[in-house]
Amino acid sequence: MSEAITTAPATQAPTGRAPNPGARSRRSTPRALLAAALAGPLLVLLPLALTFRRALSFGFADAADLLFRPLVGELLVNTLTITVSATLAAAVLGTAVAWFVERTDVPGRRVFALLAAAPLAMPAFVTSYAWVSLSLDLQDFCGAFIVITSAYFPLVYLPVAAALRGLDPALEETARSLGCNRWSTFARVVLPQLRPALLGSMLLVALGVLSEFGAFQLLRFRTFTTEIYAEYRTSFDGGGASLLACVLIVLCLVCLAFEFRVRGRARYERVDRGTRRAAVRHALGRWRWPVAAGFVALNAATLGVPLGMIGYWLTQPGAAAITPADVSPELLFSTTFASLRLGLAAAVVTTLLALPLAYLLVRYPGRLATLLERTTFVAQGVPGLVIALAIVSLAVRALMPLYQGTTLLIVAYAILFLPLALVSVRAALLQAQQRLEETARALGLGWFETLRRVVLPLAGPGLGAAAAMVFIAVVTELNATLLLSPIGTHTLATQVWTDTSTLAFAAAAPYAALLTALSLAASGLLFTFAGKSALAAHSAAPPDGS
Amino acid sequence: MKKSFLSVALAVAATLPLASHAASITLYNAQHEQVVNQLAKDFEQQTGIGVNIRSGEGPALAAQLVAEGSKTPADVYFTENSPELMLLEEKGLLAPVQGATLSVVPGRYSSPGGQWVGVTARENVLAYNTTKVQAPQLPQSLFDLAKPEWKGKVGIAPSDADFLPLVDAVVAAKGEAATLAWLKGLKANAQIFDDDEGVVAAVNRGGVATGIINNYYWDRLHAEIGDSKTRSAVAHFAGGDVGALVNVSGAAVMKAAHNPDGAQKFLAYLVSERAQKLMAQGHISFEYPLHPGVASDPINKPFDQLRPPSLTIQQLGDDSQAGKLLREAGLL
Repeated sequence: MSEAITTAPATQAPTGRAPNPGARSRRSTPRALLAAALAGPLLVLLPLALTFRRALSFGFADAADLLFRPLVGELLVNTLTITVSATLAAAVLGTAVAWFVERTDVPGRRVFALLAAAPLAMPAFVTSYAWVSLSLDLQDFCGAFIVITSAYFPLVYLPVAAALRGLDPALEETARSLGCNRWSTFARVVLPQLRPALLGSMLLVALGVLSEFGAFQLLRFRTFTTEIYAEYRTSFDGGGASLLACVLIVLCLVCLAFEFRVRGRARYERVDRGTRRAAVRHALGRWRWPVAAGFVALNAATLGVPLGMIGYWLTQPGAAAITPADVSPELLFSTTFASLRLGLAAAVVTTLLALPLAYLLVRYPGRLATLLERTTFVAQGVPGLVIALAIVSLAVRALMPLYQGTTLLIVAYAILFLPLALVSVRAALLQAQQRLEETARALGLGWFETLRRVVLPLAGPGLGAAAAMVFIAVVTELNATLLLSPIGTHTLATQVWTDTSTLAFAAAAPYAALLTALSLAASGLLFTFAGKSALAAHSAAPPDGS
Repeated sequence: MKKSFLSVALAVAATLPLASHAASITLYNAQHEQVVNQLAKDFEQQTGIGVNIRSGEGPALAAQLVAEGSKTPADVYFTENSPELMLLEEKGLLAPVQGATLSVVPGRYSSPGGQWVGVTARENVLAYNTTKVQAPQLPQSLFDLAKPEWKGKVGIAPSDADFLPLVDAVVAAKGEAATLAWLKGLKANAQIFDDDEGVVAAVNRGGVATGIINNYYWDRLHAEIGDSKTRSAVAHFAGGDVGALVNVSGAAVMKAAHNPDGAQKFLAYLVSERAQKLMAQGHISFEYPLHPGVASDPINKPFDQLRPPSLTIQQLGDDSQAGKLLREAGLL
C-alpha cells in the first residue's frame, strides 16, 4: 500500500478540496491494495473451481442421468420455495422487530433488542431437534419454514436496526409535514432508505438457506443441499455431489444478480451534515402491551424452545451409564478451549482478510470491486462439505505439510465465512469519513499511521462485530472441522455431533449448553459493537460514481 | 495487511504440535467414537502403540481417503459400512490383511480379496410403534411393505448408508425388475427420513407406524430413553427373508500406511476376544461381535438364531447399482 502515495494522481493529493463522489471513482486503485483485496476472492475461488472441474469430469450420460430425474424437479421446487419464503419472512420479521425496538416505546425494548440477536448463536441442529420433539406436525415445509425463519431473521434485524438508528429524522419529519400519515411515511420514506441494509441481509439469508443442512436433515425437508450429502453417502467419490453443487452455484449467482439489479444506483445520504439527532419514538398507545406480548412469544419460540430442550436433557439421569468416558471436566475444558482458540484465530484472520477488500469497495467503488465482493458470496451458498472436500484435494496436492494443521483449518474457515465479515467491515468503513482520513494524510501521517490512528479507531466497533459474527459461525461449524482439524482436536460442536449421532442426547447436553453459552456471549458482544457502529450505516450502499 | 495476515497465520502454525511420535498409528474412524476411544486406550495399554483418531461420517471420510490417495496420513480405516471398504479396495488403496487376523472371523463376513476384515455385524429389522401396530399385524416379508395396505405406515431412510446394502441384497435375491417395482411401491408408501436415527425416533414418537432400520438404532434409543418412554419394539423378518440382511462393519490397513506393523496389530486387536468383549458389553453400539466365542448384548436376539438371507459380501457389491435403482424409483 505504500505505493499508493507515490503513484496517486495529483488530483487526489491533499488540496483541501471537498471530496466529490464523481472524482473518487476515477482515481486509479493502488496496486498493493488491489493485491491485498484479491487475496480473499482468490482463496474462495480455488475450491469452487475445483468443484467445477470435478463436475466436468463426470460423464455426459451420467450427468444427464443425475440431473434430469424426477427428484431434481422436486428438489428445485423445495429449494426455491423455502429460499424465497424464508427470505421474505425473515425480512418482514427482522424489519418489524427492528422498527419496534428502535422507533417505538414498547416496554422492555432494550432487553428485546439484545435477545432478538441471540438466535444467531443457536446451532441449527439443536433448534430443529427441539422443534421436532415438540410436535410431529412441524416436519416438512412447515417446520423447515419456522426453524429457518427464526434462525435467520437476526441477520436482517441487526443491519436494519443499525440503519434505522442512522436514518436522518429530517426526512420523516418532512414527509409528515407534507401530509403523509405514519404508515405511508414508513412505506414511502423509511423503507426505501432501508433498502441497502435490507437487500444485503436478505442476500445473506437466501444464500444461508440454500446451503443449510443441519436443520433440514432433521425436519425431513429435502433440498439440493441435503441431496448433496445423500450423494456423498451413496457414491463416496463425489462426482455427482460436485455436479449438484454446481446447480447450487448457479442458484447463488441468480440470487446475486437479482440483488444487484434491485439494489440499483440510488443514493442514500443524510440531508443534514452536522451532529446526529435521535429520531422521535412513536407512542404505541393501547398497542404497547400486545406488542410486548408478541416479543415475549417470539423469544419463547426462538430461544425458549431450544434452551428448554437442552435444559431438559441436562437434568436427565442415566447419561453417565451410557457414555462412560465422555463427560469429564477435562474434556469439557479442552473442547471449550479448542473452540475458543479456533474461533478467535479464525475471527482475526477473516476480519483482516476482509479489511482490504472492504476498503477497496468503499474508497474505490466500481465494477472490479463489486465483482470481487460478489465472488466471496458464492461460497456462502455452497454446502460446507463440498468446500471442505475440495480443500482436502487441493491441500494433499499442493500444501501437504499444512494438511490437517491449524493454519489450513483457519484458512478454510476464512473461505467459508469471509462474506459475513465483509458485510460488517464494509459498513464500518463507510462510516469512517474519508475527509478525516484525507486530513490525516494532509497533516503528514503515513498510510500506516493513518490506518492505525484514524481508520481503525473509527471502524473499530464494526470490525469487532465482524469478528464476533465469524466467531459464532466457526464454533458451530462441523464439516471443515471434522475433515481438516489437526488429529485429536475435539471442539464443542464435534462433541455434540458425536453424541447426537449415537442418540445420546443427555451426553451431548453439557457440550450443547457450553456451545450455546459461548455463542450467546459472542452475540452479546456483536450486539454491543453493532450498536456502536450504527452511527452512519445509513449509507451502506455507496454512491456508485455516476 | 497481508503481512499481518501472514504473521498471524505463522503464529498460529507455531503453536500446533506437528507430527506424532513414531510408535503410533493414525486411525480414520467412522465407527462410534465412544467405543473406539475405549478400544484405542486399551490397545495402547496392551501394546504401547498410541492411536491418533480422526472421527467423521463414513461417506465423508471415505471421500476424504479417496481424495488423499497415496498421500493419506491414515494407517487404518474402521467403518460401520462394508461398501465403503469395497470401494477403497476397488480403488487399490488397501493393503492385504494378515491371514491370522482374517481367520478369527467367519470368512463370509470379510473381504473376499482379503483386503479388509469384518469386526462386528448388525441385523436389518422392522421397528414398530406398539400403540399403532400389534405384532401379529406385522408383515412377514420386506416385500409386503410395498403393498397398498402399508401406505403412509413405513419410515425409511433411503440415503442412509444402511439402506443401500438392503437394496443390493434385494437385487441379488430377486433381480433388478422386481427390486424396482418394490422400490416404487415403497416410494408410494413411505415417509422418507434422512437417516436411521430419524426413522427410529419417529417410530417411537408415533410419527410413523413402522420403520426399516438396523437393530442397534432401536437398542440405542431404548438405552437412552429407558423403558418408560419406549413405545416401540423390534420385529425380525423370518425364514431367510431378504429383510433380515446382516450388515458388516469392518477395518482395513491403508496401502500408504506409515506404520503398517502397528496397523496390522490394531486389526488383530479389533477381532481379539478382549476387544470383541469390550464392544459387546460396552452398552454403546449394541453390534454383534463377529468373534465366534463372544456373545452379544442380551438386548439382541442371539446371533446364531438370526436367519439372514444366504448372500455373500461379493454379491452385495459396492452400492453403485443400488444408487441407480433408488434414483430410478424417485427415492434419491
